[in-house]
Formats: sequence, structure tokens, C-alpha cells
Amino acid sequence: MASHIDEQQVKHVASLAKLEFSDDQLSKFTPQLESIIDMFETIDKVDTTGVEPMTSASDQVNAMREDKAVNSHQRDELLKNAPDTEDGFIKVPAIIDESGDGE
Amino acid sequence: MNFETTIGLEVHVELKTNSKIFSPSPVQFGSEPNANTNVIDWGYPGVLPSTNKGVVEDGIRAALALHAEVEQHQHFDRKNYFYPDNPKAYQISQSEKPMAHDGWIEIEVDGKKKKIGIAEMHIEEDAGKNSHSPNGFSYVDLNRQGTPLIEIVSKPEIASPDEAYAYLEALRQRIQFTGISDVKMEEGSMRVDVNISIRPVGSDKFGTKTELKNLNSFNYVRKGLAFEEQRQQQVLMSGGTIGQETRRYDEASGTTILMRVKEGSDDYRYFPEPDLPVLNISQDWIDEIGNSMPEMPGARRERYINDLGLTDYDAMVLTQTKEMSDFFEETIAQGADPKMASNYLQGDVNAYLNDNQVDLQNTDLTPANLAGMVKLISDGTISTKIAKKVFKAITKGEDPVKFVNDKGLIQLSDPAKLQPMIDEVLAANEQSVEDFKNGKDRAIGYLVGQIMKQTHGQANPQVVNKLLIASLKAL
Repeated sequence: MASHIDEQQVKHVASLAKLEFSDDQLSKFTPQLESIIDMFETIDKVDTTGVEPMTSASDQVNAMREDKAVNSHQRDELLKNAPDTEDGFIKVPAIIDESGDGE
Repeated sequence: MNFETTIGLEVHVELKTNSKIFSPSPVQFGSEPNANTNVIDWGYPGVLPSTNKGVVEDGIRAALALHAEVEQHQHFDRKNYFYPDNPKAYQISQSEKPMAHDGWIEIEVDGKKKKIGIAEMHIEEDAGKNSHSPNGFSYVDLNRQGTPLIEIVSKPEIASPDEAYAYLEALRQRIQFTGISDVKMEEGSMRVDVNISIRPVGSDKFGTKTELKNLNSFNYVRKGLAFEEQRQQQVLMSGGTIGQETRRYDEASGTTILMRVKEGSDDYRYFPEPDLPVLNISQDWIDEIGNSMPEMPGARRERYINDLGLTDYDAMVLTQTKEMSDFFEETIAQGADPKMASNYLQGDVNAYLNDNQVDLQNTDLTPANLAGMVKLISDGTISTKIAKKVFKAITKGEDPVKFVNDKGLIQLSDPAKLQPMIDEVLAANEQSVEDFKNGKDRAIGYLVGQIMKQTHGQANPQVVNKLLIASLKAL
């Protein structure tokens, strides 16, 4: 079986998910991911000619809510689950603007 | 070597809906931090978003204003990235099947008209807001999280900083006229991301583009692009290469400063949003919205110039906002002279709005009262000097006719009342009469001034002038 994924790619995917793996973990996870991709390759063999791509598992269409505002008044409860808060803000370690756009 | 410039603009516009795009939390500014949030906005486990119909409708409205083709079968996609203002670690956006595609707007630069294509536009949610403190912490407010946005992506058809400026102004106006957004850069309801590349004239490949940040006004967009255009030319002319980088516009120096070099493209791992049903937009719905669209600024300008005889400049100023344009049209519908109404809106009214930092719709001024005042001037009831006082009154919502009557400000135009005063003044100023006879026309001004003084400014100067000359010649 040809190799589809190497340790460099696993490292890249991990960094996108903000994860860091040790060398031991890398050599363990890489073949595991490899076998997952193998499985998709099997699924890929199904002939889907003429089948519309499916974007949702729900058969609902146009289920929309009217534009009416409802305030939850749950701020204090919500903030209780934040690791740290100050003056109604969620307090987090200093962040530098690395994503740049934030959207 | 000659270069040509290619500019691409991505514009985010914040919608003025009542509730957020995927949760019923209110869209409201100036609230206490995190007061307008709920479990959906915070991305709690197990919550289910729901699509705001008002946002879809606004999206269709924007698409029609930009002559874009609405996608009938659309869905939402997840854009994955980590940031503290993005609690779900993904943004719900549209990528594969955006709201609309292939639109255009017309711009005019130096009297030349040009159509700029719009590649696509889609609806999505805004992120929360971080504030950074020097104490080693950042503070997150999720009130803005989930505020509806429309992103509008131009085709790479903008060829100069001036065209970019004109495109932004035309886009701002069209969106403003649909009423879906305030589109104010200074308030963050309009945000602009720009990229720019240059290539030798005739080359069939685009040059490497750089992205510019921190462009907080249309003017800074134009200046930042102009600087970047020059910088890239100098780099290429001296044998260098342009790096794929993000640069920051520095307002103080008017230059762009390297922020970071981009390695590879962003990897957002888009996939269809499984928690939201797909949208099928019917032609009936599009038509219904189309029928309720107001007349766009370009069409209004043509009408003002061709039918009302206003200048290009007048027409441009009056169509800056829909409120101003509507106000003008209602004023002339009430019988005011168009040119005079236009002058007052551009002059006294705009000065009043600037001085008080207020929008037209939040004042006590009404088209009926402005029309009333303009008509009083047109028919000679009041002078333009007296009109200054009347204008003050109508800014307080007072009826101009009643005000003028109550204060006794009606201009004195009746010859039967003016003639005795003139006779009196002539008798009392023999020297001036002598001067006039000796060809000193200046004497008339002095004599008119005497009458104006006697009537406390209420005499009609034109009538006084006429009567005075006739009397002098008869002497």
C-alpha cells in the first residue's frame, strides 16, 4: 500500500488543531491516519456518477427564524464557566494578533 | 518598464438586523460586555444554531443592488481557525455556494465610467472583540459574536488607487440606499481588506500580491495603495522580487510596513455546516424583494441633473445617503424650488448636522418645514438674511410660516408703505442726493442702508432699490 501521509503532514494537521505530538506519538499516529485514508479510498471506489453531492443530513429546507431579538439574560451564568473573568469580560492570556483578520 | 496595477478589495458590511445571524441574541451596540450573548454565541456543546430570515433577505437585497446573480441552492460552510474571539473555533460562512456571484457596479473616475465586476458575495457571522491590556491579559467581549455580515469580493479589475476609492464610495452608497447597513467605516460597520499586485504591461500573469491592513478610511485605502504601487515598482525595477506578505499602513508616515510574510495559503478546512438546513431561494422571493428596492443613487443623480436642472456636483452631494436624497425629494414634492432646496441642504442643513454631529433622520427638521421656508424666500415674503433666523426655528421643529408671522419677520415689499420712508430719507440726506446727481452711484447703497436700518432689516432690498432710483431720477 502506497503511503499517503507522512509525519510532516501529521505535524501540520496537528498544528492546525493546536496540538503538539511527541516523536513516539507521531510514529504511532501516522500509520493510524494512513489506514483511515485507506478506508476512504475504498469508499471512493463507489460509483457516484449522477448523484448530487449531499451537504446536509437533514431533509429540512429553508427552516428559518423570524428576525426577532430575545435576550437570554444569562450573562452571569455564562461567565461562571469561563476560566477567568473581569468586569464582565472573559479574561484570557495576552494574545497577539496572529490571525490578523479574526473572521 | 511600464507596469499595470491590479487591486482586489474585500469589503465586510455589518447588517442592521434585530437579532444575530444564527442566534436570537440582540444586535446592539454600547451594551455591557457579554450582555447580548447566549449559549449559542458562546458555542456551548449541544446547542443548535438557526438561520435568521432577515439576514437572508438582506443578502438578497444586497445581491440585487450589486446586479449579482442570486444562488438558488445555497448552504453554509464552516471555516475553521482558533482565536479567543471565535468561541466555536469555526466561523459559519459560505464558501462553496455563496449567496450571489457575478455582479458589477459602475464607477466614475475623471469623467470616465467603468464597470467593476463583483466575483461573489456571501453572508456570515462576525467574531467577538478582543481588547488587549499591557498587564499580560486580553479581554474578550462576545457581544459582536454572531452579528450578521455580508462579504463582497471584487474581481481583480480595479486598476488604480483612484478606482479603488471610487469603487468603495459607489459600493457604500448602493448598500446604504438598500437600508441594510449604516456602512460607516469609522464605526466599523464597513471594513475593507485590500490586496495589490503589479505586472509589466502586456504580461498575462498577475504579479505576487501583498495584502494591506489598518486602512481605516477610504482616503487611507487610496494613500496606502498609492504608496504600495510605487514601492512594488521600485523593488521590481531594482531587480528584486515581491514577497507574498501582509503589510500595515502607517497613517503618520503614509507608508506601508511589513507585518509578516505569508507561507503557503491559509488552511481553513472548509466543510458544509451540518447544523443548518440548506436554503432554496425561490424566484418569487427574489422578485418580491426586487419590487421593494428603492431607486439607486446613480438613477437618482441622472434624474436630478436631467429633470431638475441641478449640477453634477449638487446631484452627487444629495445622493451621499438615502436619507438626504429622500429628504430632498420630499422637500421639492412640497413645492420648494429644487435648486434652492438643494442649496439649503448642502449649506445650512449640512453645517447644522456637522456642528451637532447628528444624522438628518435624528433631527427635528422636516421636508415640509424646509419647503415652507424656501417658498417664503421664493415669493419674497422673507429675505435670505431673515431666512437665517427662520432656519434656526425649523431646526427646532417650528412651522416657518407661523414663526415668521409671530415674530413679525415678513419682508416689507409694499410700495405704498415704503415710498413715504424713501421720501423721508431723501429729504434728510441732501448730500447723498447731490452725490447721486453728480454720478456717484455709491450714494444709492448708503440710502438703501438707511431704509434697511429704519425697518430693522425687513424692507425688501430689491423693491427699495427700484423705488429709490425712480424717486432720485424724478427729483
